[in-house]
Amino acid sequence: MKMHYGAPIIVGLVIFVGALCAPFVVGMAVTKTYKQPELKMPANEKECVESKEFMREKHMQLLNDWRDWALRDGKRIYTNHAGKEFTISLQNTCMKCHISKADFCDKCHTDAGVSPYCWDCHIQPEGLK
Amino acid sequence: MNALYSLLFVFLLVLIPLFGVDAAHMKTIFGVCIPITAFIIFLLGFIYKVVNWGRSAVPFRIPTTGGQFKSFDPVLFKQNKYDCPQTGAQTFVRMVLEVFAFRSLFRNTEASLHETKGGPVVAYKSSKWLWLFAITFHYSFFIIALRHLRLFLEPVPFFVNGLEFVDGLLQIGAPTMYLADIGLVAGVLLLLGRRMINPRVNYISYVSDYFPLFLILAIALSGVYMRYFAMVDVIAIKELTMGLVTFNYHIPETIDVSFFVHVFLVSVLMVYFPFSKLMHLPGVFLSPTRNMPNDTRAKHHVNPWNDPNIKAHSYADYEKHFGPAMAEAGLPLDNPENAGAEEKA
Repeated sequence: MKMHYGAPIIVGLVIFVGALCAPFVVGMAVTKTYKQPELKMPANEKECVESKEFMREKHMQLLNDWRDWALRDGKRIYTNHAGKEFTISLQNTCMKCHISKADFCDKCHTDAGVSPYCWDCHIQPEGLK
Repeated sequence: MNALYSLLFVFLLVLIPLFGVDAAHMKTIFGVCIPITAFIIFLLGFIYKVVNWGRSAVPFRIPTTGGQFKSFDPVLFKQNKYDCPQTGAQTFVRMVLEVFAFRSLFRNTEASLHETKGGPVVAYKSSKWLWLFAITFHYSFFIIALRHLRLFLEPVPFFVNGLEFVDGLLQIGAPTMYLADIGLVAGVLLLLGRRMINPRVNYISYVSDYFPLFLILAIALSGVYMRYFAMVDVIAIKELTMGLVTFNYHIPETIDVSFFVHVFLVSVLMVYFPFSKLMHLPGVFLSPTRNMPNDTRAKHHVNPWNDPNIKAHSYADYEKHFGPAMAEAGLPLDNPENAGAEEKA
């Protein structure tokens, strides 16, 4: 098989294919098996503001709404889908039960590669290190 | 009509996973089998095509130039190093500009006809719209592809986190709006609009031009839908995607059907890629009109597929050989001595 300018073409192909296959190599060598992170659930509270599924998928939207309602509209009461009322406050409602950012929030956020900007203003529950 | 066929075909492609996952519950097929198969076809097809191109004959030097060649008076006529490269280094810079900045598109011109008192006049002016649409589209696509590494690598590398931060810099809404998402959808729509509205481009557009655009638009919209509207469970999806790269397949129950639509469309793109115009990805590197220095006047190039047994026959030798016959026929000779006896060669 005769190729013209074969060396640079093969080098380019190896780089491209290598880059595409790198996740497989990293997955086999570094990660090995991946499991969803285990969250540290609050000890004395079983129910969150909304259902587990809702919180899993839409907590960011809820927090975003809460911020707008509390800080921009002055509305401090949230009524959930079951009709129960909560005070709109990250510090006093959410963090009352979720007492550690590192053991709760960061678990999924690190894996998902997202860094929410809650903590630009708020101080994380376990305090600043 | 070509655009309509492509759109209809993409609609059909969306229906396949919708029915396959929602009605037939074939989650393993759509979550594991199809994407893995598509990835293998993509890799093998890509390699096959590029190696096949590498085996084909390369003409000696056919660069298309757009600037002044190195002249007898370099002060008066300065060489345009990157539009008429004559060394390897200059060609390298030209290729870097071509690959990263789409310089050929940047130099695009538009011809127009103007009626004047003295008759019609042709005018050329710079036209950068295609360049703008293309560079928006390609860079957005590239950033989005890199950002997806967060689903395929654990731990997530620093540059993916950095990219996530820069891409979501405006901090609009939750989940944060990504600039590249806007760029990709806008870029595809602009390229598509150009194809449909500009009559000259429309006239030369086939199904194979519209289909990738509609397919990429559908991929982008399904991704946007997953992230901003359906708000799919990203950690469950990461469990599936990490299962693919660690060969430890597992499909969590909580994944929304929109994910399977997205993955199926990407699989179609991967299978389609090596056999379509999208192969301009490796093609731009292998373009002989761009990647060769314009040095035919400085270096002697031998056609690589010449038969080495056939020796060159210069005109001087030819005239020596056929001198008497040429003189007899009354043909002019450069060297009149050749009219004499034939030289024994």
